[in-house]
Amino acid sequence: MLHSLEVVISSLPYVLGGAVNTVAIVVGAMAFGFFIGLPLSLVQVYGNNILKFIANIYVWFFRGVPVLVLLFLFYFGLFTLIDLNISAFWSAVLVLGLRGGAYQSQIFRGSIQSIPEGQLKAAKALGMTDVQGILYIILPQVIRISLPGWSNEYSIVLKDSAIAFVLGTSEIMSRTHFVASRTYEQLAMYLCAGVIYFILTWAGVYLLKQIENKLKIPGYTI
Amino acid sequence: MDYKSNNNTLLEIRNLTKVLGGREIIKDVSLSLDKGDLKVLIGPSGGGKSTLLQCINLLHIPDKGQIILNGKEVSFKKKKEILALRQQIGMIFQDFNLFDHLTAIDNVAIALRKVKKLPKKKAFERAEIELARVGLSDKLHAYPAELSGGQKQRVSIARALAMDPVVLLLDEPTSALDPELIMEVLSVIKNLSESGMTMLMATHQMSFVKNIAKEILFMENGMIIEHDTPKRLLSKKSRTLDFCSKLA
Repeated sequence: MLHSLEVVISSLPYVLGGAVNTVAIVVGAMAFGFFIGLPLSLVQVYGNNILKFIANIYVWFFRGVPVLVLLFLFYFGLFTLIDLNISAFWSAVLVLGLRGGAYQSQIFRGSIQSIPEGQLKAAKALGMTDVQGILYIILPQVIRISLPGWSNEYSIVLKDSAIAFVLGTSEIMSRTHFVASRTYEQLAMYLCAGVIYFILTWAGVYLLKQIENKLKIPGYTI
Repeated sequence: MDYKSNNNTLLEIRNLTKVLGGREIIKDVSLSLDKGDLKVLIGPSGGGKSTLLQCINLLHIPDKGQIILNGKEVSFKKKKEILALRQQIGMIFQDFNLFDHLTAIDNVAIALRKVKKLPKKKAFERAEIELARVGLSDKLHAYPAELSGGQKQRVSIARALAMDPVVLLLDEPTSALDPELIMEVLSVIKNLSESGMTMLMATHQMSFVKNIAKEILFMENGMIIEHDTPKRLLSKKSRTLDFCSKLA
């Protein structure tokens, strides 16, 4: 018991260093996913049939294939094939981002569709172009309405990022695994990793909730 | 229809036709508005009043017909002309369509800033003036969700007026309102009419129509089947009188 505690405490700086990498992967993947998911959602709502079709295939592919398969497919398959020399870290960001984009697009699509159609009509009636209407009227509301779903997506991506350890990324899980297998303190070390993930989940969701409250429109409930 | 344009004609609609979902919603409709006119569209739901109004400011692009504003025919194909027409023709909707994430003053100012490209300060000054005109000086910073229906509709009128429209289209502006709130909106519209604003309004507020409308256009099945002054149309046997006698 005492040995377990000693191992956990002495390896904590090392594992927390991995947590920094985990956070970097998740922030990168969420941001990348945002820039894929938002345009994708706009295409799904406002695009023509061809664009909608392409967007749907993208979404179905990334929602339909397990994240582990995606990681192997891109890192060992595609990136090798096209001779793209990219680190395990960036591969994880890229793959989780591409996949997150598919999920985020569905969050945004739902939000866009929940805004009464008349608002875009009113914007156009004032002389705004479609792009202006979407930019100034629709998107500011979409971001607000999407925050709870986005916070949920964050908590999922954070925990899925643990799988990046199979590529050899130096994040929480791989560093924990490294210490555990060397010290034979599996129970204590994986428990420690679980607690770190739990705290990161809580902190992120709390932060997003604060943003949600700050952006909240008085009197407006969905 | 036998509308003749004259020197005072501000807006002329000729032989407008619109097909939606395989059905002809608007059939060969013509009408004209002189400067300062207030004309009303009356008729059963589904008769095409909303679609006609939305065709006039090109929220729906008509399939056939012409729109002539200030003596100049508007091309339905040129994006620039469509946007310019919409700026000049204000639109008031039945369910207000305020921008939910913006305060009253921002609702009015946003198109001034983004469409008319006014600097922020100028846009807010103008928005304040327009909101004062509809009696909402004390609600500048309220969000739509904090306003009553009547207040919301007055904000939407201020929002349209801020763009300096030459014509205002109103699509049943009071029909989503509680009976007690209807008057505050109607009195704003009445003031506007008295100050010379040209308006085309779909409404079933008959006492309002009788008092200040120049002409009633009765619309049914996508056509204007009767049109005349309220006095004449309601004093003889007409489809309009028949319809109005069934209104509360």
